Amino acid sequence: MITFFTENSSEILLKTWEHFYISMIALLLGVLFAVPLGILLSKTKLLSKIVLSITSVLQTVPSLALLAIMIPFFGVGKVPAVVALCIYSLLPILNNTFIGMHSVNENTKGAGIAMGMTNLQSIILVELPLAIPVIMSGIRLSAVYVISWATLASYIGAGGLGDFIFNGLNLYQTELILGGAIIVTLLALLADFILGKLEKIVTPKGLRLEGGRAS
Amino acid sequence: MLQIENLTKIYRGGKVAVEQLNLEIQQGEFIAFIGTSGSGKTTALRMINRMVEPSSGKMLLNGKDITKMNAVTLRRSIGYVIQQIGLMPHMTIRDNITLVPHLLKWSKEKKDETARRLIELVNLPPSYLDFYPSQLSGGQQQRIGVLRALAANQDIILMDEPFGALDPITRDTLQDLIKDIQLRLNKTIIFVTHDMDEAIKLADRIAIMHEGKLIQFDTPDNILANPANDFVKEFIGSHRLIQQKPNVKTVDEVMIKPISITIEKSIDEAIRLMVEKRVDTLFVTDGDNRLQGYLDVEGFTGARRTSKSISEVYETDVFYVKTGSKLQDSVRRILKRNLKNIPVVDEEHRLVGLVTRANIVDIVYDTIWGDEEPTAATREVAAGSAVIEELSLQ
Ligand SMILES: Nc1ncnc2c1ncn2[C@@H]1O[C@H](COP(=O)(O)OP(=O)(O)O)[C@@H](O)[C@H]1O
Ligand SMILES: [Mg+2]
Repeated sequence: MITFFTENSSEILLKTWEHFYISMIALLLGVLFAVPLGILLSKTKLLSKIVLSITSVLQTVPSLALLAIMIPFFGVGKVPAVVALCIYSLLPILNNTFIGMHSVNENTKGAGIAMGMTNLQSIILVELPLAIPVIMSGIRLSAVYVISWATLASYIGAGGLGDFIFNGLNLYQTELILGGAIIVTLLALLADFILGKLEKIVTPKGLRLEGGRAS
Repeated sequence: MLQIENLTKIYRGGKVAVEQLNLEIQQGEFIAFIGTSGSGKTTALRMINRMVEPSSGKMLLNGKDITKMNAVTLRRSIGYVIQQIGLMPHMTIRDNITLVPHLLKWSKEKKDETARRLIELVNLPPSYLDFYPSQLSGGQQQRIGVLRALAANQDIILMDEPFGALDPITRDTLQDLIKDIQLRLNKTIIFVTHDMDEAIKLADRIAIMHEGKLIQFDTPDNILANPANDFVKEFIGSHRLIQQKPNVKTVDEVMIKPISITIEKSIDEAIRLMVEKRVDTLFVTDGDNRLQGYLDVEGFTGARRTSKSISEVYETDVFYVKTGSKLQDSVRRILKRNLKNIPVVDEEHRLVGLVTRANIVDIVYDTIWGDEEPTAATREVAAGSAVIEELSLQ
């Protein structure tokens, strides 16, 4: 096991980096897409039902199958992997954005409107800041999912730590499988930890004082 | 300044919440909407800032048709205070106070200056400006809620049972505060309540609502003297109808000359004065006879050895009433706060008189024997005892 780490150290670094940035690009795209969509959905009842059920259906498509489906559209390599992972990251973020926006206290929202906020001002000045903690926990969840599923991306030639695991499977070398799995796990834990810190930072101070009451 | 004509609201589903409401409100008036729960008070109020769209009717604000104005612009010119307070939990007190100025894009300097000036108006220290709502008590939060409705010089302030969730002492303090602010800044306030005492205490005119209709709209004195119908009579309560008679009196008619001492005097002089005048309380004033606080004999028995001057030991927390206010209000305050007496000050805060517990006895006496009709004596005695009962309950 030790020899795996010492003998492949430069390759490990490379693959970890590859794994990391595939995941992060997918997550970033997921956030950029799902947060605005979630906000939009929280404003329209009917549409939200439709969209949320579509994305939860997408979520149940087996990951390997989803990756395979990407090939005819995007070929092999990093692009289809990022697209597939991005789709997977959507649901938790979308869901939490939607819930977060809805959990904002009606009186607080109403007071903003009664003071003369436009709908956009209400979203930017009131609803979004108050929904941030919930949205952030959706992003954390997505990050962990995406990092672990990015392992499968190796299957369509996107590289990453999955390469070790698939090689290990082909060559019957358990230390490759184990080593790869350990690093993926550590990466996921690290991402969760860092995003947890970020969540604290972006949560408005007034909310932290009362222990994160989302009202 | 505000005319309401045939205003009606029918909610989806057919509920008629407000029916053919007609009233006219003058600049600087304090109007109370009162009625049982579900009588349409909130609906009527929220139509004025278009939080509820009227089904039919007309509202003119300074001659302009409210329903034709841009709702966002309209709301920025109307203050709104609700029972649930609704401060922004993620914003500092400063940002909460200057929310509407922020929407109106005032400069930072002007907003900061406004926040500093306003927070003094509600007797909170400027250091609170950097706090968050969760760090304040309910009463303090509602003071900020009131300031938020004033900060952009709103023409009208709408208040929906703003003090309904506060404890009685805090409510009493905030009632005084809002009345004081309203008079000082000459604000027009429309205030929803279901508490008749609150309405009588604060309002220039009271609008009594019942099942969506306006039943009576008049001054408290006129409503008490001539209730429009049995519903109003019942709503006011018989004890208030009787109490009203001696209450035309103001504090000026009964107040006595208070014993006061200027702040730079020594404690020895204070004690000598107390002994000489045979009183246990001295009111402390500055050189211009302005009320600063009081000295209580209980307060300085221990302090006498260690301090020499009045300024070190006197109490600054003193309740007072303004000259010209109703005797009944002062008496209620004495009883509610369990005070021995209450000083009367003029517009410049100069000490001019003192109302004491003895005045309670006068009120009761007036109620029982003030009416000349001898045949009515027995009825009045019964009523008088009801008053005593009510006074001691408060
Ligand atoms: N959004 C609404 N939809 C339907 N009915 C409503 C709505 N809001 C209030 N009502 C009804 O209108 C009537 C008046 O309500 P409201 O104005 O809140 O009265 P109040 O403030 O005097 O208690 C009540 O019967 C209430 O149930
Ligand atoms: Mg109401």
